[in-house]
Amino acid sequence: MKAVALPVLGALLASALVLLAVGVDPLAYYGIVLQRGLLSAHGLAASAIRVAPLLLLAASLMVSFSAGLWNLGGDGQFLLAAVAVSAVCPPLDALAGPWLALPVGLALSLAAGALWAALPAYLRAWRGVNEIITTLMMSFLGASLANTLIKMAFRDPGTTVPQTRILPVADRLPRLFGSTVHLGVVLAALVLLAVHVLLARTAFGLRLRTLGASARAARHAGIDVARTTFVALVASGALAGLAGGVEILGVWGGVRADWNPGFGLSVVALVCLARLNGLAIAALVPLFAVLSVGGESATIRLGVPSAFALVFVALLLLFLALGEAAARMRR
Amino acid sequence: MTPELAGDLVGGAATAAVPLLLAGIGEQMSEKAGVLNVGIEGMLLAGAFAGFSAALATGALWPGFVAGAAAGIVVALPMVLLCVRLGLDQIVVGIALTLGLEGLTALLHRVLFSRLYPRLPAPAHWRIPGLADIPVLGPALFDRHPLAYLAVLLCAALAWLYRRTFIGLHLAAAGVQPAGLDAAGVDVVRVRALAVLGTGALAGLGGAYLAEIGAGVFVPFMTNGAGFIGIVLAMLGRGNPWLVLAGALLFGAGLSATTALQVVGADIPTDLVQMLPFAMVMVALVAFGRWASLPAALGQPFRRGR
Repeated sequence: MKAVALPVLGALLASALVLLAVGVDPLAYYGIVLQRGLLSAHGLAASAIRVAPLLLLAASLMVSFSAGLWNLGGDGQFLLAAVAVSAVCPPLDALAGPWLALPVGLALSLAAGALWAALPAYLRAWRGVNEIITTLMMSFLGASLANTLIKMAFRDPGTTVPQTRILPVADRLPRLFGSTVHLGVVLAALVLLAVHVLLARTAFGLRLRTLGASARAARHAGIDVARTTFVALVASGALAGLAGGVEILGVWGGVRADWNPGFGLSVVALVCLARLNGLAIAALVPLFAVLSVGGESATIRLGVPSAFALVFVALLLLFLALGEAAARMRR
Repeated sequence: MTPELAGDLVGGAATAAVPLLLAGIGEQMSEKAGVLNVGIEGMLLAGAFAGFSAALATGALWPGFVAGAAAGIVVALPMVLLCVRLGLDQIVVGIALTLGLEGLTALLHRVLFSRLYPRLPAPAHWRIPGLADIPVLGPALFDRHPLAYLAVLLCAALAWLYRRTFIGLHLAAAGVQPAGLDAAGVDVVRVRALAVLGTGALAGLGGAYLAEIGAGVFVPFMTNGAGFIGIVLAMLGRGNPWLVLAGALLFGAGLSATTALQVVGADIPTDLVQMLPFAMVMVALVAFGRWASLPAALGQPFRRGR
């Protein structure tokens, strides 16, 4: 407990010092972040909605990281899945209604994410090409391809802005308890739990973790290293795609050109922070969601840009790493 | 294709290539010594912000370049302390640096520049006599800001350093067989620390060029993935700075082609053009398999006696 509480306190204090240095009252900032991100009904709902894609992206990274593989292409997989869903679901919904469109959309987003991860996965598994390069390349490619598809193939002819057709609000993922929070949040939590159990309790999870600990040990244990590598990266891509699908089906209903929330790297940091522990991720992701949602309000009120939440995450990461180093040295 | 368009394309590629080149040869230096530096995006941003601010304050560009390189070194210091000395995970610390500098420069930009949005005047160029008179390519390649030539000279100097000197040998040994270097009586931590500081200086300079020469303005998140492209260039460069230069020009062409095509009103979707360099790298990786060769001890902290 102390190992986490101290770094969090340290990061809060250090962030406060940064704010003081630029002439912003840190108490006012934290007050607004808490008020607008957690304590108001609207803010709480916004934070809960933000949690859904972040949890799914975290689940995606847990799968690949536990196998010692870096899937840094989450943003591209997320965006292409979002575009695939936006291309298919609004017309399908108009034809057959949400009961067909929503499940098809979720399945499609899994497939699109998996497809975009398949080439890096193949190259890593059977050709030995470093997956950091290929997933990054595919991420940049995916972002541009998503824009091309929106502008050239799936553009809604009825508007002047380049965007896809939009799913009507009533036909999106069902809302919970009359709030704006949609079912995707529950789905994301369940997926994270399932991934946690898969990694900790199943034979497949053990194979992934063995591969992550040492490829040579995995080979000696009779694990098909190439196949396991391929499956881990493709599954990771599928989950990142699902994050995009849930964000479209739950919140936006369609995609505008140049839309890119860029969750990828922050989630990589969160998953590193949590040391791949599903429970710790379940605690850290809501904290980050509150900080970023509340931080967006503080932009208007105090002139602190929403990107300041990144400074807090960075400081937390550094303090946690330092705490670990200190603990190691005492031993 | 008209000569003007060709000139615009090559010139734009050269301007966009300089930050990528500096980031790429900087990253290559760390990677050679066995440190994977994911914080390079943060170093670029720090250099861009410090370079722009210093140039604005002094009214001259060169103090900005010095400040940019210094800012890159400052960002590299925590990396040296945490990864090289204490042996913490390089990717975690690198991501922390990138995220932290994204947030910090966005905050400082908001506090200092968001009222007036100041710009720097267009920089003076150095015409290289003779070469600059070549039609089309001459003005595009040989009528540029001096720092662009300096970046190419740095490339040559590093290529020489890696192939012909003991420093180069020590760097390579620190990346491939650190225990062997240690046994030979060389301080591995010091070699790696210097390499990481060198990365910071080069990336900071690249960021300063991006803000002062490329854009003339600082905008939050303006590096837009240039650091990650630098990591890719370093990995594809197989320890050779000239290959990084070739890659930087290729990516620079892809990044700038959009603007050049828009200027002439060509009817090619810009997003398709932007995909070109990335697609080319993927095709190359599919065709040549394990082209990217990485030092054996890359990413592994060195602790004596293990």
